[in-house]
Amino acid sequence: MFNREYEAMPLKKLRELQLERLKWSIRHAYDNVPHYRNAFDKAGFHPDKFKSLEDMKHVPFLTKQNMRDNYPFGLFAVPLDKVARVHSSSGTTGNATVVGYTKNDIEVFAEVVARCLVAYGASEKDIIQVAYGYGLFTGGLGLHYGSEKIGAMTVPISGGNTERQLMLIKDFGTTMIACTPSYMLNVADYIEKKRPDYDMRKTKMRAGIFGAEPWSESMRREIETRLGIQAYDIYGLSEIIGPGVSGECSEKSGLHVFEDHFYVEIINPDTGEILPEGAKGEIVYTSLTKEACPVIRYRSRDITRLYYDNCKCGRTLVKMEKVTGRSDDMMIIRGVNVFPSQIESVLMEVEGTEPHYQIILDRKGALDDIEVMVEVNEKLFSDEIKVLEDLKKRITDRFRSALGISAKITLVEPMRIPRSEGKAVRVVDKRKI
Amino acid sequence: MNVTQLSIFLENKPGHLQSALRILAERKINIRTLTIAEVSDFGIVRLIVNNPEEGARVLKESHVACSITEVLAIELEDRPGSLLDALETFKKRSLNIEYMYAFTEKRGDKAVMIFRFDDIEAAKKALIEEGYNIVKNIDIIGE
Repeated sequence: MFNREYEAMPLKKLRELQLERLKWSIRHAYDNVPHYRNAFDKAGFHPDKFKSLEDMKHVPFLTKQNMRDNYPFGLFAVPLDKVARVHSSSGTTGNATVVGYTKNDIEVFAEVVARCLVAYGASEKDIIQVAYGYGLFTGGLGLHYGSEKIGAMTVPISGGNTERQLMLIKDFGTTMIACTPSYMLNVADYIEKKRPDYDMRKTKMRAGIFGAEPWSESMRREIETRLGIQAYDIYGLSEIIGPGVSGECSEKSGLHVFEDHFYVEIINPDTGEILPEGAKGEIVYTSLTKEACPVIRYRSRDITRLYYDNCKCGRTLVKMEKVTGRSDDMMIIRGVNVFPSQIESVLMEVEGTEPHYQIILDRKGALDDIEVMVEVNEKLFSDEIKVLEDLKKRITDRFRSALGISAKITLVEPMRIPRSEGKAVRVVDKRKI
Repeated sequence: MNVTQLSIFLENKPGHLQSALRILAERKINIRTLTIAEVSDFGIVRLIVNNPEEGARVLKESHVACSITEVLAIELEDRPGSLLDALETFKKRSLNIEYMYAFTEKRGDKAVMIFRFDDIEAAKKALIEEGYNIVKNIDIIGE
């Protein structure tokens, strides 16, 4: 364990620590962030009233929309000169969420990622290739700092360029790689098609750290058997900190949540009511130590369960199941979070468009494939091919610049998109994950 | 004097042209000539029919994306090089053609071609000045 004191803390002591930290975090948010002050006041809640963990139910939730409404820095609880770094979720200006980190926050971020890496068996002897994208996305820098924290040799190669990834794995003797699971399968496909001479089993690669998108046990088996490596899950969301909110251990059965930094609850997404241990519902996060962006009862929309099972690894921390779904309509496409509403607003932006559309998600090979079918209505229709081709191009470009995804745009005839009770079915997800 | 053309959007898939044309046939709408422009996933059918407004109405009723476009029908000599001469005239008068297609039947001893210019009014003026006969809508699509 990277930090036995906290990772194997007796539960009673952990609860005391959480209560003490919650009191601080809730007050910190109330005192320094107008949004929390208003929301708490409106709900008749005051930090003084927070006496025990039982009182959590009185604290108002924070939603993704609240975060967007406070773009860019509205939820910061410290002055900007105390903010050492920002990350941001993808999205157009109106849809982006920005999170800030103080120096301490970055330390915590590195610490929780380090704990995950050690749980996967990493040490300073490892060479870790960070093939998540570096940038505003939390994946690249998150894994980078965690890897440095444990003293592993860190290779900041960033995403893509499979040929180069393979070369460095071989030449550097990389032992672990961090990337999205779909990218790893893409690497396996690439080797099969283009580099049949390349044998991953003959390299020193032994494990992968996979996250940033939902993936299944069957994907785990496929990665492990095709590439001869161990596949571990790391989970996180930028709103809370990034990867490292929770991670698997050697048991590969559930992800330990780092409860000394994040307080978790499972709620009924329809009523907001807190559900007992083991029940399936929406996971809600509260940060316990974050300075720059305290997050109080953030509704993640991720559906999972929480349970304690005396894990063989020795950690006392609660486990969450692999996230199996969402209580809203967010899609994760190649690691990018996309809401149908964002797709709608892109289509609306493109002059004269207010069309019926349908998103078809599929997995071609290992990568997600997104096709957007747009019905050509009277307004859109031109009798000149070049005008329609130009329309397709403008939509494609807007998707790339606003959402960061390359989507295939297909123009279809009116009424071609099936409507159920008059409402078009917006998303067809054919991916088997 | 502009000719009214009916344009239909179709996906490039088997049966789609057929079902659009069936709608026109059922309303006894007669096609004088047509042309298809296509890219990989969709196409545009452009038709000269005897009643384009009624055609557009029934197509829209059946949820087919279509529109009415003004084009010019120009008489050309039925001899080698006459189209070339016409193109020379267009160039001289800086008229840009978006697309063009022909009638299969002759009109008297003349051939008739449909032209879509980016500026139809300028084209009409220039071509009348150049002595071309622009066929009236009524003569093309009938009463």
